[in-house]
Amino acid sequence: MSALLTIDAVSKRFRGLVAVDRLSFEVPAGGIYAVIGPNGAGKTTLFNMIAGAFAPDGGAISFAGERIDGLPPDLICRRGIGRTFQIVRPFPALSVEDNVIVGALLHRHHVLDARAHAQDVLRRLDLYDKRAQRASSLTLPDRKRLEVARALATDPKLLLLDEVMAGLRPTETDRIVAILKELNRDTGLTILLIEHVMRAVMALAARILVLHHGAAIAQGTPEAVVRDPAVIHSYLGAEDVSA
Amino acid sequence: MIARLIEGVPRRALVMLGVLLLALIVAPLIASDYLLTVLILILYFAYIGQAWNIMMGFAGQLSLGHALYVGLGAYAAAAFYVHFGVGPWLGLMVAVPVAALAGAFIGFLAFRFRVAGVYFAILTIAVAEFARVGFDHWSWTSGSSGLFLPVAQYSHNDLWLLRGQPVMFYYVILVATVLAFIFCRALLQSRVGYFWLAIREDEEAARSSGIDTFHYKMVAVVISAAMTSFAGVFYAFFYNNLFPEQVFHISRSIEIILGPIVGGIGTLFGPVLGAFVLTGLGETITAVLAAAGIDLPGAKQVFYGICLLLVIMTLPDGIWPWLCKRIGLAERDK
Amino acid sequence: MPADIYLNVAVGGVLTGLVYGLMALGLSVIFGVVRVVNFAHGEMMTIAMYIAVTLFSAFHLDPLLMLVPIATVLFAFGYVLQAGMINAFITRPEHSQFLLLVAMAIIMVNVLLILFGPDAQGVQTSYSFDSFQFGRLIVDATKAYAGIAAIVVALALFVFFRSTRVGTAIRACADNYTGALVVGLDVKHLYALTFGLGTACVGAAGVMLVLIADVTPSLGPAYTLLAFVIVITGGLGSMPGALIGGLLIGLTEAMAGLLFSPSAKSMFAFAILVLVLLFRPQGIMGKRAAS
Repeated sequence: MSALLTIDAVSKRFRGLVAVDRLSFEVPAGGIYAVIGPNGAGKTTLFNMIAGAFAPDGGAISFAGERIDGLPPDLICRRGIGRTFQIVRPFPALSVEDNVIVGALLHRHHVLDARAHAQDVLRRLDLYDKRAQRASSLTLPDRKRLEVARALATDPKLLLLDEVMAGLRPTETDRIVAILKELNRDTGLTILLIEHVMRAVMALAARILVLHHGAAIAQGTPEAVVRDPAVIHSYLGAEDVSA
Repeated sequence: MIARLIEGVPRRALVMLGVLLLALIVAPLIASDYLLTVLILILYFAYIGQAWNIMMGFAGQLSLGHALYVGLGAYAAAAFYVHFGVGPWLGLMVAVPVAALAGAFIGFLAFRFRVAGVYFAILTIAVAEFARVGFDHWSWTSGSSGLFLPVAQYSHNDLWLLRGQPVMFYYVILVATVLAFIFCRALLQSRVGYFWLAIREDEEAARSSGIDTFHYKMVAVVISAAMTSFAGVFYAFFYNNLFPEQVFHISRSIEIILGPIVGGIGTLFGPVLGAFVLTGLGETITAVLAAAGIDLPGAKQVFYGICLLLVIMTLPDGIWPWLCKRIGLAERDK
Repeated sequence: MPADIYLNVAVGGVLTGLVYGLMALGLSVIFGVVRVVNFAHGEMMTIAMYIAVTLFSAFHLDPLLMLVPIATVLFAFGYVLQAGMINAFITRPEHSQFLLLVAMAIIMVNVLLILFGPDAQGVQTSYSFDSFQFGRLIVDATKAYAGIAAIVVALALFVFFRSTRVGTAIRACADNYTGALVVGLDVKHLYALTFGLGTACVGAAGVMLVLIADVTPSLGPAYTLLAFVIVITGGLGSMPGALIGGLLIGLTEAMAGLLFSPSAKSMFAFAILVLVLLFRPQGIMGKRAAS
């Protein structure tokens, strides 16, 4: 498999504090790849650099063979990277359907086409029955799925999911896991996710990267990573104690 | 085309809209000269309110300087008429680009340099004030002593030169208001309309959905400015005199935006309703004060201010969304 | 000696600018803490100016002596307005707040118009035409007193915010609204207090401005605009920024009035505003918001 996304020695500092430190990894096309790590490990910073919220201080990010680091978020989305936000931000006063139509209009010029596509996406994410509701009236799990729907409607090749399972009940988590698996299988969509919920990560990801203080301390298959002593020491062990 | 425009609109709303339009069309047959003037004023504000609403209600950019585009449109057309005898419709060819350029200038500065929110609002005021002082000192438009269009008693209406009786002006502004309403409805249903609403709701999320927010905000400012400049041309030919202190003054800008805010920001009918309510209110207060024999300069504005306070405190989203719930019309535009 | 004229006008402009700065300081304090833009700021200043003019013409009370009493009245006015009306709007969108304050401004301007009429009014104190001479520099006494008083009031406010418990609590509210609620601060009271302090500033500035300039009801909106220009130039929410912005605008207006025409001076103030917005949108003393 060739790499769809290549992170090459990427760094980011905030006022002297190193958030991401010469990080390198590759996300293969068609795969589901997870980034885990304790709070403050630099996961969201990494996402924000990939999605174009800000440029890295050093290193290169390539998508489908082309450099994308430093491009603005709208151009990166146009190239085929869709994202969700850790703290959900759907367009509150718009209806569920209109939220997704906005995404669908990126590559469609007619509202009617966009609406048809949006309704397909909503069906896939179990939101079709709620399409006329205002986004602000949805529950948190619904809003999280709405964000995924809006990102999906832009027809991405790569989907960045920032903690879409956080705060969900196990049954809701299983539902999203099933939806994502199906998407990946049916459409070949590549998914890169940041996640704390290990149960979801283990069920979804073909490969895992463990981030600690902005650097990768381990990467590999889920089975290998959870047995890695460094990972247990710095992350999973602590998680078990608190759980 | 028409089917698309009325798609999803409740039948009752269409009927009511039709009745209102019919009433406005036949109004001059029964209205006195005074009432006709008031109606012209109402439609004038409804038209500008609709144009302003594109920027604020759709794209979420608060402009407090729309008097700039009125003034530029008014001065461009009036000066070309006075100096070269160019009629208002040809004058529009100058007025619209000038206002659109001014809007593009403000938009470019603000959106390139990330001047947003309150700062953006104050930039729009500043440019309008700049124009006011500038026109005060520009001799080609007669500076602060004012630019006057030749006035005479017109026995017939010359639509081409916009010289004639109030009833002609009434129909001109009525047509403009109806076209503006339809145009805004079409905008809201178009791709650009969806992108504007997305930007209004959450600009960062909009960008992450692939929207070139700079581009679409520019489109909003330019369309809004261009539309507003027509109101300026109308103003110049209806009132026949222009003073920088009046047309560019910040209180003109505020007057423009009160209607849509009171009526309901971001709704299509809000600017129209707001114009009716506020102008009607102003005229009623004048009549009541006159009947009561109170002749105090400022008394009218005090009552006006109090009414505004009451509206904003009891109906924060404006009258139209509230009214929609009351009469059972779902507001589908938002 | 043309050089002397420039110097004299410049010093006069700086002193007037200090009074402008104090006015803008009130706006900045209110925005910095309560996050409401006071669109009735200049109107509140004209209220203070009319109180000073009336006290002077009716009882011959010197405006400088009335500084503290009038500022206190404006404080109470601001406190009541915030607690009674504006507080309900702090979570509403900007255009909603704007409409509320514009409605208040319309009422204020026109009540003043009814009470005092449209003609300009001012005060003629015994020292109105006095001046101090330092070498070749001549300074109007009224401007000197006004400028010094502006500095004193501003300093008092700095000390209040830096070294009193209430001042610290207010700064806590400004930094972290939710945090302030959590630790049990009475945010509503503190907001009203802040609004009152802001209007007291503008009240004090108005009293001093009466020494320098006449007042008409229609000046309210113009002063509101001037306060905006100053505050954005200096940095919205920054206290030293407001004073420095005031100084800069006062100086600019004075020099523009001298070099070009007095009626064109506001154009230069707006030109400065546009330049600042473009090249330093956070203002001269403002901090860039962390992204």
